[in-house]
Amino acid sequence: MMMNNVQAINDALMYEMGRDPSVMVMGEDVGRDGGVFRATAGLQEKYGRERVVDTPLSENGIVGCAVGLALNGMKPVAEIQFSGFVFAAYDQLISHAGRMRQRSLGRFNVPIVVRMPYGGGVRALEHHSESDETIFTQVPGLKVVAPHSPSDVKGLLISAIRDPDPVIFLEHIRLYRAFREEVPEGEHTVPIGKAKIVAKGKDVSILTWGAMVGVSTEAAKQLEGEGVSAEVIDLRSLKPLDVGAIMDSVKKTGRAVIVEEARRLSGFGSDLSALLAERALLYLKAPIARVSGYDIRFPLYRLEDEYLPDTRRIMMAVREAMSF
Amino acid sequence: MIDDRHLFRLIKGETLHIVKQDGTASAEDPGLPPATLLDMYRMMVQARAFDEKALKLQRMGKMGTYAPLSGQEAVQIGSAFALEKEDWIVPSYREAGAMMARGVPMKLQYMIWMGNDYGNRIPDGVNCLPVSIPVGSQMLHATGFAWAAKIRKEKYAVACYFGDGATSRGDFHESLNFAGVFQVPAVFVCSNNGYAISTPVKDQTHAETLAQKAIAYGIRGYRVDGMDAIAMYVAVKDALQRAKKGEGPTLIEALCYRYGPHTTADNPDLYRQKEEVEKVKRDRDPIARFRNYLVKKGLWDDDKEKSLIEEIGGLVDAAAKEAEQSPPPTLEELARNVFASPPWYLAEEIDYMKKVAGGGSP
Repeated sequence: MMMNNVQAINDALMYEMGRDPSVMVMGEDVGRDGGVFRATAGLQEKYGRERVVDTPLSENGIVGCAVGLALNGMKPVAEIQFSGFVFAAYDQLISHAGRMRQRSLGRFNVPIVVRMPYGGGVRALEHHSESDETIFTQVPGLKVVAPHSPSDVKGLLISAIRDPDPVIFLEHIRLYRAFREEVPEGEHTVPIGKAKIVAKGKDVSILTWGAMVGVSTEAAKQLEGEGVSAEVIDLRSLKPLDVGAIMDSVKKTGRAVIVEEARRLSGFGSDLSALLAERALLYLKAPIARVSGYDIRFPLYRLEDEYLPDTRRIMMAVREAMSF
Repeated sequence: MIDDRHLFRLIKGETLHIVKQDGTASAEDPGLPPATLLDMYRMMVQARAFDEKALKLQRMGKMGTYAPLSGQEAVQIGSAFALEKEDWIVPSYREAGAMMARGVPMKLQYMIWMGNDYGNRIPDGVNCLPVSIPVGSQMLHATGFAWAAKIRKEKYAVACYFGDGATSRGDFHESLNFAGVFQVPAVFVCSNNGYAISTPVKDQTHAETLAQKAIAYGIRGYRVDGMDAIAMYVAVKDALQRAKKGEGPTLIEALCYRYGPHTTADNPDLYRQKEEVEKVKRDRDPIARFRNYLVKKGLWDDDKEKSLIEEIGGLVDAAAKEAEQSPPPTLEELARNVFASPPWYLAEEIDYMKKVAGGGSP
């Protein structure tokens, strides 16, 4: 069935709630309203107010209670209305969700999914456009996924719900209704920790995720006209990362351009660069390049197009790598 | 100025006292069976002996930082005895008494403070979450845990422990608010020992009591004499029964006192007078009070006291010794418990741990 990302999320939740009575959805305005992005529309009608819960307005309350619910047999899928507001819940994520299994040496685990819209490009208010992947990837015990396409969104969300450990599920706001694709009906999983090659190429590897997958694919198309064959890899999962797919690609092409929407300093691209330097240095024909946001607060929207990496900046980085 | 006629007024309840320091009890004494009373006393004595031993071990360098509980035995033991076997507790880090009453071995509790991760591995079948260090953060787990019990139509309830300092944190507000909204079967036991490290309660809140905060959440709140194990038992029992009947959560402010420092890293002489501590020990000690109560009932005498102290001394010494002799897990075991199974990067770190383990030449 053709679906966009919002429909894919909804479909995954509908399916998993039907399959597993311990799955519940909780968050601000997720019930009556169906979520501010409509991702949870119709769930409360179908599964009732006990399993699709409009919570009080408190990110820390939502995540902290989700931890407790999960410790007692539920599988909460918590929605944070915008990732820019998740910081109030960071204490629960870092101090408890990610630690409980290790603290109790396996007696307790916290199978929660924390979904949140993130990313820029939709002319939103302050605090509504950030990309803060690395504040989660750095926390032991949390998995982090950031899919791009509807089929991956559904498959990874179902995998995240079934995962016995906490998963941060990042949903790019700009991709919610950006495009549709064929999504399998019913059972459909995509394993956490596996990347996907979205464009085959032999000269340079573009490593990216989220909305930058589309931008990078467009850049790769334009680069074809210049005789450059770029391979675009959608990481899909940031943690655990598909290190094998990345190394295979970079060892083949000898060039790596990392494209990320987030700030550069201590960003996820920093870790990718380090991995490539550690494991593929002798295959590299050019320095690893990073195209990223800037180390400033995400600007109000008049400047967001300048802030966000675009095809031009990606092509510049690729040309530099090619001519090194 | 708006006329005071429009002022919202708080109708304050009385603090619940049942047993006086001399051991005489009010009509509210539930008259628990002698065997239960003797078990309660035994557990209070054991909690204090555990505490005193821990302080000794810490001074001898055999234990890291320790957070003593002496003075809070009645809160912990009185409440823990009100629980049924299937109920759960969600403790803070100063709840060794409640935890041992619920079946967490003393050995494990010593191990935590001795820096041994195995101490947090609560045995299967013991309904207790591991100790939570960030003040008040465990309250949300209690709410969520009890909420799950309600959704799953389980019959048990959850008792959550925290201190007066926790009431200033967002977690306190959020957990009581969620607990009230979703009417979860939980009892929130606030051990108001007068100080959050050095900060007295009057600097923690301008509210006259902590119990009154329950009003704002639309839940029941009580102020209880936390030096009176029977009063604690009665209050928590009542709250648990209501919770299990679907009448929602209760906040209980238990007025108690911490005899020792906040932790062994703290010097309480900087913020309170020795005379204040001595006066509480002399006039309000929870163990002396319970002993007087047992004596009045003809259940206790000096000989029994002497043999109990001896027996418990032996148990505590044995637990401490076993804890000292228990090896900690390996780093590998910790790495294997970050996730259900280690992803590649942890598997690589485990390989590296093995490679560098055991010393050898650099």
